[in-house]
Amino acid sequence: MTDTTAPELRKTLDIGKILKDAAISAVVALFLAVPLLGLETFDAGGKLGVRTRWMWVVIAIACVFFGKLLMNVWLSLRPVKTKAKVVNEASVRRGQIIIKALSFAMLLFALTLPALPFSDRWWIDNGITVLIYIMLGWGLNIVVGLAGLLDLGYVAFYAVGAYSYALLSTAYDVSFWLVLPVAGIMAGIFGILLGFPTLRLRGDYLAIVTLGFGEIIRIVLLNWVSLTKGPAGIGSIPRPTFFGFPFGRTVPEGQVAFHQLFGIEYNPEHRLIFLYFLILALALMTNWLVLRLRKLPIGRAWEALREDEIACKSLGINPTNTKLTAFAIGAMLGGFAGAFFAAKQAFVSPESFSFIESATILAIVVLGGMGSQFGVVIAATVLVMLPELGRDFGDHRMLIFGLAMILIMVWRPQGFMSHREPTLRLNSGKGA
Amino acid sequence: MGDRLEHLYFLQQLINGLTLGSIYGLIAIGYTMVYGIIGMINFAHGEVYMIGSFVSVIVFTLLASFGVAAIPLGLVAVLLCALVFTSAYGFVIERVAYRPLRGAPKIAALISAIGMSIFLQNYVQQAQGARVKPIQPVIRGGIELFHGEGFGVQISYVQIVIIVLTVVMMSIFTYLITKTSFGRQQRACEQDRKMASLLGVNVDRTISMTFVIGACLAAVAGMMVTMYYGVIDFYIGFLAGMKAFTAAVLGGIGSLPGAMLGGLLIGLIETFFSAYFPAEYKDVAAFSILVLVLMFMPSGLLGRPEIEKV
Repeated sequence: MTDTTAPELRKTLDIGKILKDAAISAVVALFLAVPLLGLETFDAGGKLGVRTRWMWVVIAIACVFFGKLLMNVWLSLRPVKTKAKVVNEASVRRGQIIIKALSFAMLLFALTLPALPFSDRWWIDNGITVLIYIMLGWGLNIVVGLAGLLDLGYVAFYAVGAYSYALLSTAYDVSFWLVLPVAGIMAGIFGILLGFPTLRLRGDYLAIVTLGFGEIIRIVLLNWVSLTKGPAGIGSIPRPTFFGFPFGRTVPEGQVAFHQLFGIEYNPEHRLIFLYFLILALALMTNWLVLRLRKLPIGRAWEALREDEIACKSLGINPTNTKLTAFAIGAMLGGFAGAFFAAKQAFVSPESFSFIESATILAIVVLGGMGSQFGVVIAATVLVMLPELGRDFGDHRMLIFGLAMILIMVWRPQGFMSHREPTLRLNSGKGA
Repeated sequence: MGDRLEHLYFLQQLINGLTLGSIYGLIAIGYTMVYGIIGMINFAHGEVYMIGSFVSVIVFTLLASFGVAAIPLGLVAVLLCALVFTSAYGFVIERVAYRPLRGAPKIAALISAIGMSIFLQNYVQQAQGARVKPIQPVIRGGIELFHGEGFGVQISYVQIVIIVLTVVMMSIFTYLITKTSFGRQQRACEQDRKMASLLGVNVDRTISMTFVIGACLAAVAGMMVTMYYGVIDFYIGFLAGMKAFTAAVLGGIGSLPGAMLGGLLIGLIETFFSAYFPAEYKDVAAFSILVLVLMFMPSGLLGRPEIEKV
């Protein structure tokens, strides 16, 4: 008897049951596939006609049947874990060291990306997009991960930041560096305005109200044509300058271009690389801010509030005000990211701020494991690059995106980084 | 005499609002039931309604191409097809996306639901095309109730069908929940799932049935919207779903009559707002109402206040 190792029980393979189960799934799949896959509506000279595609139905049913069959076989042959995995201090510490090492490696990669031999426009462009989402994820992480408030309308603050920069820079010609804090403050004010009446609500209600708020902002942007130009969007937004030195090949009289300043050859990629480092700096600033905030009393109060609101109240923490700070700071960071987005695109329209963006950012936070800064980086990279790499799939990429969201959640409901490091430890970790 | 015109206009909006409200109310019941039993927002419910409307369009078109002219027979056929096929979707959504996450944090289930919503939207877009789907009007004509100042208050036959169908569906549904053994099990699970399972209620089956019933009501709503507007696309589920959820919250989430009442109110608010104010902002009006209700009446119109226990 080898009882020292965890005994592995194997279930027996019940062929009849598995086949029956797969057959039932196939019948259900038939019901799903017949109306929407089997029959296709098409334009038949101004009228709608229907044609059949039975081949698709057969393929779909076969996929479901064999998929279910394989899954069941795998599930019954899989060894059953009888012992819960013991989490001991040593393995936790090892995990921390690995994460720290990986973080440094990633930071190094991020810092040197533009200089790496393989990097080209595609890499830097996508690097910027990933970093925007990382920054948004870290901002939302304060609200969702730390304070435990479910915000489905985060993109509204992103939109406020973006339109702040777009409007101020096109109407009053204010520079990016001046507008950046203004955009953050504007978004923060919106956060307070929204949060003040709604933060007393229970979690799910808050989710719906924030969702509604996100939609309201989008509808207003779409319809307030005199200010926002409506669906056409605001174009030719001035690009950020290198602390006052523009990036163009030719610059207006009396100004010095970036390449002239350093006496180097003009290269259109300079601007892109500058934008890349700008968003990297913003994202790192966000990360630093969040890490610092977690150690301050307010950050501790957020996390305590997430765990138990009643206990917090009885200890004299004002829940509404504490939540409000989390909401406002999260909104402010979203505003910064928005201003950067407007400057990078040089064009904003309400289309960029639809619900799907909020859902993506929330998915990044949740997939990363709520509260984990490192998890956000992984999740943002996966979720942003998935549709990007999936461009080969053409129109199917959003289909795959939705499917991936379900599968990842079913596979890891706690997110990629499920272990949550306590911010406070009694006895500095010894004897625990 | 201007007053009379005002009154007639008001009456017309009332009829239109009630029609729209019936559709929202039927969808809202699906939200409120699922919320009541598993405590989560079924984000994909709007897509179920969208699928219901697509099935209806396909069956309507099929019937038209076979030359089925008898309207009552055609309507029954469409209704049955929509019910069967859409409830299959409701059933599978729960099995695939929600059941594996039953013990997981609520937010994980919500993300999975959002993923399901995105998936279904794109699935229908891929399978049926992104263009809007128009159908020939199924039922034409209507009754003119009042007439004056060159303006007639009309209730069209489609509106009558929609309102009657809603009343019928609501009656069947109320009977199902209050009088049958399934309804008793459903209410038991809603109150205390663990206790219900200890007393021999098959909780998994009850939850599945809840999704199927919710999907049935959404399918009817989808069929009605197809007949009412005569044009649908794959994106209609999102906004209708949000408004129906607003309706469920307005009525008091977990309360079934509340969902219907909330649906009617949202339909009326939306119609009157677009009649008297700029119509582009009608969605803003619906959401503002939601925020106001939640601020001053967090448990909704007919909901029970929730007592937080330590």
